[in-house]
Amino acid sequence: MIKVEGLTKSFGRQTVLRELSLEVPTGSITVIIGRSGGGKSVFLKHLIGLLRPDAGRVLVDGVEITGLRGRALDDIRRRYGVVFQGGALFDSLSCHENVAFPLREKLRVPADEIVKRVASALAQVGLEGMGAKLPGEISGGMRKRVAIARALVTEPEIVFFDEPTTGLDPVLVNTIHHLILDLHRRFRFTAVMVSHEIPEIFEIADRVAMLYEGRIVEVGPPAAIQASTNRVVRQFIRGEPDNSEGR
Amino acid sequence: MPDRPLSPALRPFDAVGGWTIALVDSLGRFGTFFAEALGAIATPPFKARAFVDRVNYIGYRSLLIILLTGAFTGMVLGLQIYLTLVRFGSEAFLGPAVALSIIRELGPVLAALMVTGRAGSALTAEIGIMRITEQIDALTVMALNPMRYLVAPSILAGLVTFPLMTAIFDVVGIFGGYLVGVKLLGLSPGTYFGEMQTFVDLNDIMTGFWKSLSFGVIVTWVCTYKGFNVGHGAEGVARATTQAVVLSSVLILVWDYFMGSILQ
Repeated sequence: MIKVEGLTKSFGRQTVLRELSLEVPTGSITVIIGRSGGGKSVFLKHLIGLLRPDAGRVLVDGVEITGLRGRALDDIRRRYGVVFQGGALFDSLSCHENVAFPLREKLRVPADEIVKRVASALAQVGLEGMGAKLPGEISGGMRKRVAIARALVTEPEIVFFDEPTTGLDPVLVNTIHHLILDLHRRFRFTAVMVSHEIPEIFEIADRVAMLYEGRIVEVGPPAAIQASTNRVVRQFIRGEPDNSEGR
Repeated sequence: MPDRPLSPALRPFDAVGGWTIALVDSLGRFGTFFAEALGAIATPPFKARAFVDRVNYIGYRSLLIILLTGAFTGMVLGLQIYLTLVRFGSEAFLGPAVALSIIRELGPVLAALMVTGRAGSALTAEIGIMRITEQIDALTVMALNPMRYLVAPSILAGLVTFPLMTAIFDVVGIFGGYLVGVKLLGLSPGTYFGEMQTFVDLNDIMTGFWKSLSFGVIVTWVCTYKGFNVGHGAEGVARATTQAVVLSSVLILVWDYFMGSILQ
């Protein structure tokens, strides 16, 4: 289980997270929703250990990671897979080499086994035979799928998805969501996903948490969020314009 | 609690204090970055593939510009020094004058400036783009040290390629002086090379070697640091690239003076 307690983070005079607390049950898909620029990616970076909070703590299976550095933090990160917003594929490496990279460098898997596991990972995301292409030679949707294959090839216990479908057409959005759901059923990892895709994420999420003004204002199963009486949650999931903005 | 506004009389002190803190902070981060890079160089595993790639990137791809600038620097020196020496009837010393100028001073400095312009800027831009596209974060969350993959191989490649590029620059420059002095202006080849052997000793060659070695570290350190600490978006990468080239060039010239003073 991932447990977040009282997480606070400011950049200069701007406070992005305000005593944020959340629990992510093991094996669940928890989706963080909220407006653009609301601190969702900043929150995710705290879970990954890329940012340190000003106050509060993050516990992964009871281990507080906010104070960890070096090897101790790397030991936690070895259990992670991360799908970045833009894919973050290495430009100079082919798709095959990108997916092979964590196996070769992180887990030191033998070369013949790497070939098999990469081929299998690319097949799982529907990209058989595309291994030789460079990231710059494939479409945005394909890049996202390669990024998912790279994140999952090491069979991590916890996978973080930072807006994995941003900028894709509705068909690809559904394709990626069903791919994540299918892979989750197979590997049973704990997933934390940041997304704007309403209402599509309600089909794949076990729990949805709404981040607003640096706090989680509502968390629960998709049905509960959809039936929420909270004005902010209702406004967000219905896509109603914010009349207070610009005044 | 809101900050109290400063009185106008204290504002200059506030500005100087803020600037000093920013400068010390920046120097501290610059130094810490180098210490981390040295740590990554000194501890296994050594990334041989990344090192070879960086040697190709910094060295081999800078070869053409080194050959061109080396040849024309030697030719200009040959022409100008000959025209000066001929006034004193001392044109026989053209060979040593060209060789000493290039080996001790111009070779290491100009080769370093050329490699900075070609490969240093590209190094900053490449690492900067990796930073803004989260590729460096991707390495970090894979529990892999980006210093080991990106910075350590670049600094090691700088240590290998800068002396090599300087040596090539020196040889091509001396032959550029030979072309002008001997083939164009009629000096005897024996005089050009014979006097060179008399006046140029190992100490001169080592002076150029130590300079080039230190320039290799300075340029790769500055360029990788600027790439790692890039701002936001394309503008941030452009600014970091410019800063890397300007800072490297200034440091090359400043450090050259100190090295020249020490290695007289």
